[in-house]
Amino acid sequence: MAEIILDKINYTYSDGTAYEIQALKDVNLQIHQGEFIGIIGHTGSGKSTLTQLLNGLLRASSGSIYVDGQDIYDEGYDMKALRSKVGLVFQYPDHQLFETTCFEDVCFGPKNQGLDRKDIELRAFEALRNVGFPEELFYQPPFDLSGGQKRRVAIAGVLAMKPDVLILDEPTAGLDPAGRDEILGLVSKMHRELGITILLVSHSMEDVAEYVDRIIVMNHGAVMFDALPKQVFAHYKELEAVGLAAPQVTYLVHELAERGLPVDTQATTAREAAQTILSALREKNVI
Amino acid sequence: MGIIKAKNVVHEFFRRDEEGNVESITTALDHVNLDVKAGQFIAILGHNGSGKSTLAKHINALLTPTEGVIWVDGMDVLDEDNTIPIRKTAGMVFQNPDNQIIASVVEEDVGFGPENIGVPTEEIWTRVNQSLEAVDMVKYRKHSPNKLSGGQKQRVAIAGVVAMEPKCIVFDEPTAMLDPNGRKEVIATAHDLNKKKGVTIILITHYMEEVVDADYVYVMEKGKIVMDGTPRDIFSRVDELKEHRLDVPQATLVADELRSAGVPIPQGILTRKELVDAIMSVANA
Repeated sequence: MAEIILDKINYTYSDGTAYEIQALKDVNLQIHQGEFIGIIGHTGSGKSTLTQLLNGLLRASSGSIYVDGQDIYDEGYDMKALRSKVGLVFQYPDHQLFETTCFEDVCFGPKNQGLDRKDIELRAFEALRNVGFPEELFYQPPFDLSGGQKRRVAIAGVLAMKPDVLILDEPTAGLDPAGRDEILGLVSKMHRELGITILLVSHSMEDVAEYVDRIIVMNHGAVMFDALPKQVFAHYKELEAVGLAAPQVTYLVHELAERGLPVDTQATTAREAAQTILSALREKNVI
Repeated sequence: MGIIKAKNVVHEFFRRDEEGNVESITTALDHVNLDVKAGQFIAILGHNGSGKSTLAKHINALLTPTEGVIWVDGMDVLDEDNTIPIRKTAGMVFQNPDNQIIASVVEEDVGFGPENIGVPTEEIWTRVNQSLEAVDMVKYRKHSPNKLSGGQKQRVAIAGVVAMEPKCIVFDEPTAMLDPNGRKEVIATAHDLNKKKGVTIILITHYMEEVVDADYVYVMEKGKIVMDGTPRDIFSRVDELKEHRLDVPQATLVADELRSAGVPIPQGILTRKELVDAIMSVANA
């Protein structure tokens, strides 16, 4: 179980030099166990910095992060335990995979946790099975795999450490539509069945609308919105102003509403849009 | 003959063991035929591993066919004397701009290509100016590329290709790494180059929305071209696309759901505007 609180977090790259960039400004957040959160923001908005702070890869310039009530910056805090608790899957699986076989690659995390060989292999087997990785590829080198399969191995490698929180940095970049659905379906299944907290960094508003329960919008290092998807996408004009967008169907229902069709403008997925359009047309007795 | 013509192109990748014996053969392209006319905007769809990028690399002679022939502007890619002229004719823009940008100042990066092919200095500067104008990045010319946003970086990479004055540009998933704004910028730039400069565009993408304005679409699967037609034709075949692990634009998806629920929405809806009009004409009937 992990409850994470960020209290007035600031982070500055190249502090004190001419290239100083403040990547995060006074960020306050609470993340509860079992949430499925989407993090969106334009390139350079601070999303990746935020994810790296959460598992202790970066240290905040000021402010505190509490994980289960403990300040992770306290002297003697076990950072290694934090990294087992909060797993991070990088954007490019090639940055993460390095072993000679997929199976060994997934073993690396639990091996570092100091488990014995039998437990390590059990964890690796379980994790690879959980991500739906085909058994005949277990002992193949990870570099020959397709983009989607590489991502599965990268996710399994983190999953094998049994994290409470899983952070995925654009896990579907470069995948075909079916691959996108498979990886996100898998993440959503892990959330449901294993109760893992998921933080999904994404540029796809359609994906975020489809899967997450809560959206955090980052803009120039600050939290711009933190609310339910419907509430966030209602601000689609403000989102556009900061280089983002709402899902395609949000625009569709708004345009229909403007032209006088009584649809629910909070629809964010194709299914929801079709439903509200259907009921609006039925109401008008035209179908 | 079109600017790019492929005839029965086969490409096989050989995997060898340590002694150099062939372990396995993967057929990445399987008798591909393609005929792209100068000035067209072509899109190629297909799932990961379907052969799109392999095909793209053939257009620029980074790979050559195991069997069959490709002509780029009439030049046979198998003839090594043609390699350099082909690369001047067909430019490439890759997925990750960071792999393509090398200089520490934007304008120097754009000038790198023409300098490399021996263009006189004055002419290089003219080309740099024109290219930066074409991608709307003139005001960033003195900036360092690594401080730009993803979309801006990709536009600098495109300017670098435009400065070589190619007749054709192949975009290999140019928006996969970008945020929504960056995606819009890059696709708009590609259309602009097509319309204003008459550059032939071949766009490889996984985003169905980016394809709706193309002149013609090819769908690849297992190294073969399995569907081809106009976007309207391709996206009206929803089930077939799903079989090829692809999707349709969101507007088409909503239109499809409405139609299957009995709403008289015409086939072939591609854009939001078309869908809004179709729904409103049902509502006001």
